[in-house]
Amino acid sequence: MRDSLIQGSYLIASVLFILGLRSLTRPDKARRGMQQAAVGMGFAIAGTLLNHTIIDYRWIIAGLVIGTVIGYPMGMWVPMTAMPQRIALSLTFSALAATLVGIAEYHTEIAAGMLPPHTKMAALGFEIMLGAITVGGTIVAAGKLQEWLTSKPVTYKGQNFINGLVFLGIIALLVYIIVDPSQHWAFYTMIGASLLFGVMLVMPIGGADMPVVVALLNSYSGLASCATGFAIGNVILIISGSLDGASGFILSILMSKAMNRSFTNVLFGAFGSETTTTAAKSSAGMTVRSIGVEDAAIQLAYAQLVIVIPGYGMAVAQAQHAVRELSELIEKRGGEVKFAVHPVAGRMPGHMNVLLAEANVPYDKLYDMDEVNGEFDRADVALVIGANDVVNPAARTDKASPIYGMPILNADHAKSVIVLKRGMSAGFAGIENELFYDRRTSMLFGDAKASLTGLIGEIKNV
Amino acid sequence: MQILELYVFVLAAFVGYMVISRVPPLLHTPLMAATNAISGISLVGSLIAAGAAANRVATILGFVAVICATSNIVGGFLITDRMLRMFKREAPPPAGAKQPAGRQG
Repeated sequence: MRDSLIQGSYLIASVLFILGLRSLTRPDKARRGMQQAAVGMGFAIAGTLLNHTIIDYRWIIAGLVIGTVIGYPMGMWVPMTAMPQRIALSLTFSALAATLVGIAEYHTEIAAGMLPPHTKMAALGFEIMLGAITVGGTIVAAGKLQEWLTSKPVTYKGQNFINGLVFLGIIALLVYIIVDPSQHWAFYTMIGASLLFGVMLVMPIGGADMPVVVALLNSYSGLASCATGFAIGNVILIISGSLDGASGFILSILMSKAMNRSFTNVLFGAFGSETTTTAAKSSAGMTVRSIGVEDAAIQLAYAQLVIVIPGYGMAVAQAQHAVRELSELIEKRGGEVKFAVHPVAGRMPGHMNVLLAEANVPYDKLYDMDEVNGEFDRADVALVIGANDVVNPAARTDKASPIYGMPILNADHAKSVIVLKRGMSAGFAGIENELFYDRRTSMLFGDAKASLTGLIGEIKNV
Repeated sequence: MQILELYVFVLAAFVGYMVISRVPPLLHTPLMAATNAISGISLVGSLIAAGAAANRVATILGFVAVICATSNIVGGFLITDRMLRMFKREAPPPAGAKQPAGRQG
């Protein structure tokens, strides 16, 4: 009876989770769907508490209370601009939970004088390996995104060789403990090595590549949960873990495609470390045209169609509210404003969309690259705010460029381009951008938020 | 028993792939937050480890795991809701405007 109650609660939870994720296809249905998923979670927790192996509730209650106290501010108070590092940190938590459960399970069996069977040991091994790699990797990723660690790639000679060696060592230990589960030292060494490997894996990856890495680590943590399910024979862990893993997997594929780079290239390429030579070459003999706020305001005020291209620079300058105000002003004057969002703009999948939605930009004005790219030919002004590599025409033309082949937004097809930029430093990838030297491009230098506020003031006077 | 679990895994992965590949890029950040919240389901395993009173080490590890998983559940669902609340259509919706269903990616 008790068992069917528990299994029933898991079934309800699984269905509600899947329906919740399905609802994310429609922005207007999504909120409702996810609230139902939260109810599903409630069912799963209540069901588990009926489990007859639970005999002592004191630690459970303490844990639930402390977890809620930590979780509430992480949900309600973290600003949207800090979302990438917050997601990375919660991946750390979920991977840590999976790892600790695995260690506890192993320890319990050993302490009871039993040896886990080989199949169970395989599941435990994978769980702990993936979990520990994710913990190490996400901590570094969160540190980089928060800029506690340098967001530049950290590389040294022979790095890939050493990483490869450590990884082979982990695999060897994994095989060893599956064959002989009594080898504690191998078990605990593998945990340490996996943590270290996670750190070493993410250190050489630059900030602009974080969307791929965060998505990839998301899929690892999902797989770790899955393996937990196999190890302790719990079906709902397998289901939720595969949902989580599938999501991370799909996102990382989409992100790599949007950069025209393979997984291997992102993980082992250390982008932006060797490209300075090409950059110096291409900028020689070209001049940029700087523009004042007044002239830019006139262009925008009389434009029929303005396409705004936001980038990470907009997030850094916290300029999303000013952008919304500007777009409303242009619309009030009869112009049309569209937002063109590149899949890898920002530091995580969908980063720009969330920031603009927070600033009250209606989501029907936010367009994906494929939807909007044909419209640039019709646009009077392409307004580039803190974006760089995603509008770099070198991706189409320059075979030597590291971003060659990456799909870009066709800003250069617009009748004129205004670029809001702090200074002439190259983009994150360290590549010079020809668009800035185009004769139709004018550069409006300065802090994006200040420039936008200036533009708003001027347009009001036009 | 293991074969049955393998079935569940393969089918769930299929369902996940089908469902999630239809989520538009617009909602990719909420998607990550949502899967994070759902991954808090590892609480199920943590509760058993923390409450089974098998031995001190398992209890402590389970306890820490319960904290991690709970904070993911609470924080994850709250922040997903907070984000999704921000996604609004233009008000008032223009008559005969395209349906948001047309934006499925």
